[in-house]
Amino acid sequence: MGEEEKAEKLMIVFRKAPYGSIYSFEGLENVLIMGAYDQDISILFIDDGVYAIKSDMDTEATGIKNFSPTFRALEAYDIEKLYIDRESLESRGLSVDDLVIKPKVIEADEVEKLMEEQKNFFMF
Amino acid sequence: MLHLVNKSPFESTGLESAVRYAHKGSPILLFEDGVYAAMAGTAYEDKIKEIMSDHEVYVLKEDLAARGIADRVVDGVKEIDYPGFVDLVEQHKTASWA
Repeated sequence: MGEEEKAEKLMIVFRKAPYGSIYSFEGLENVLIMGAYDQDISILFIDDGVYAIKSDMDTEATGIKNFSPTFRALEAYDIEKLYIDRESLESRGLSVDDLVIKPKVIEADEVEKLMEEQKNFFMF
Repeated sequence: MLHLVNKSPFESTGLESAVRYAHKGSPILLFEDGVYAAMAGTAYEDKIKEIMSDHEVYVLKEDLAARGIADRVVDGVKEIDYPGFVDLVEQHKTASWA
């Protein structure tokens, strides 16, 4: 990207559980694609999206690829703006210590504000 | 921000999530199967009334008619047509909750 081009604020929102549908995996693919274009990327986990980054997944017996380790690679893409909704976590019996990455815990009323700040955001 | 909901509240948590994350005063638009949330006499009626105390709730007329419930809309829900839908979307940033 040329220096005259300004990085756009873009956000990927995860709100579905990882293996029951393709949403979560597609969300991660989109993060990696956008990460390759030096955009100002944020990632937000809400609702069942918090399940995507649960630690200790073992998918071997299901024949599905465990893609949770890929979230740990986001730092290498300079993607460091990670957020997670407190109520989504707590209502599912989880805390940040149960996750493969450590997003900033935010309250529900900060979610719309984060969305408003973006040039665009994409829900998966 | 305008929150778009296109799934029945009996099938999906889309409306519930929209309401939880929407700021007070942010409008909510029900379309496709989302319109069932605006139907009177359902188990969801009290909930939609509660939602209307913090948000304008719009519903797409064409989708009500298609489902045979155009004459059973909860009082206070604002009915709009396709051009009205377009106007709302033009005026706001949108979030879609499936």
